[in-house]
Amino acid sequence: MAKITFITSDGNTTIVEGSTGSVMELAVQNKIKGIDGDCGGVCSCATCHVHVNPEQWDKTGAPDELENDMLEFDDNVSEYSRLSCQMKVSEDLDGLILTVAK
Amino acid sequence: MEKSKISDPFKKARLEKGFGKMNDQNDPVTMILGHKDVRKSAHNWKTFQSGGEEVGRIVVPSEVHIRDTRQIPFEVDPPEHKGYRDIVEPWFKRPLEAKYQENLSQIINNVVDEALSKETIEVVEEFALKLQSRALTILLNVPPEKADLWISWGTHVFRSEDTALDSSKANILYDYIDAELDKAIANPGNDLYSVLLASENNGTKLTKEEAKGVMILTFAGGRDTVINAVTNSIAYFAEHPQALERLRDEPEIMNTAIEELIRYFSPLTQMGRVVTEDTQVCEHALKAQSRISMCWASANRDERVFEKANEVVLDRKVNPHVAFGFGTHNCLGATHARQIMRILLTVLTQKVKSMEILDCEENIENLDEFKRKVGFDSIQVKFNKL
Repeated sequence: MAKITFITSDGNTTIVEGSTGSVMELAVQNKIKGIDGDCGGVCSCATCHVHVNPEQWDKTGAPDELENDMLEFDDNVSEYSRLSCQMKVSEDLDGLILTVAK
Repeated sequence: MEKSKISDPFKKARLEKGFGKMNDQNDPVTMILGHKDVRKSAHNWKTFQSGGEEVGRIVVPSEVHIRDTRQIPFEVDPPEHKGYRDIVEPWFKRPLEAKYQENLSQIINNVVDEALSKETIEVVEEFALKLQSRALTILLNVPPEKADLWISWGTHVFRSEDTALDSSKANILYDYIDAELDKAIANPGNDLYSVLLASENNGTKLTKEEAKGVMILTFAGGRDTVINAVTNSIAYFAEHPQALERLRDEPEIMNTAIEELIRYFSPLTQMGRVVTEDTQVCEHALKAQSRISMCWASANRDERVFEKANEVVLDRKVNPHVAFGFGTHNCLGATHARQIMRILLTVLTQKVKSMEILDCEENIENLDEFKRKVGFDSIQVKFNKL
């Protein structure tokens, strides 16, 4: 089980728990504002863009090349940007804080 | 296995030059072919504009001579684009609601049942066109019988047999939308026409002409594309019964399967833009006021991005396809289209054992340098019950 915190553009903070699937799926199930996951998690739509808390960057690791290419053209990109569909929920992510980009 | 195959005619040009050329009614188009260049161009709406003065010019083939109404939000660029997109976006996300999916499911079950009850069926006219038109009544929130007229128009609403574009045919649609908007003005309801007419952009009500622009986009953008996606899906599963079997056994791969089929089919080959300043792509000079297109179909087969690019890999996990476009102007109807695919594939796995292609005629787009199969003009199929 991992507890993940989402900070949305309206300033709200939501803590959700999960153990399987992707972080995007977890966010969609919990109706986190700004995470749409239009393509269902195949890295083609960038509607699940989040900024990882810089201090926790080693928890998530950097995006791979295809994810990075996708982020390159997204608005509001930072050096701690990830697509949450490409992050698997696991114990390793327990305590992670994500700021929704949209 | 050949009939359902959609080949990649762009490979050589994509790898050697990165672009292709086609003439279109004496208004030539430089087709951008590589995945990265396509995304880069789609992202750069300032240099490659959609909202220029010549309405219809970004469509390939150009609709400059058959249309005066600006399609909205499609032919508007930022910052004005956002106001329009924000108006229509929630309406076009309705396919995520359970009730919408229930209604869509009933429509798709009906067309599949009808196909199963017949000895054979011509899938383009009798299956895909019906499915697409009836599904559109849900997207517009209008009575189901409205689809009867749309079906009677046939698949070639904008084209005649001998010409690519036919203004008298296109006018049938434009006149119809005018009349429906007048009805909505007189008697507002809960349909898309009325919702648009009641909407405000920056405090000003949408004009009838603006509402018409959204409606033309909705009718035109989702017609051939959905018909091709549905028809190509039937052809694919007819020739790959093991793929249908796999979806039956592993419903958890449904999402990746849908995205992969959409990548492979790329129902819309390309979309154009007008160049606003002298620039270059792939070391090729582009003049201001000339046209480019982003060739989604070519980008989706780019071997630098997709392993086994010409194969359908139903469980392809990372699939950054651009079949719904990319960036600001990405497909407004994508949520609707994805639900159609999800429900169609689900119903096929529930009811259909196998399908046989008896006869077919391919629909080949003539892009000068390239000839691309986009679907079928007709395809006769026998559906077998599970």
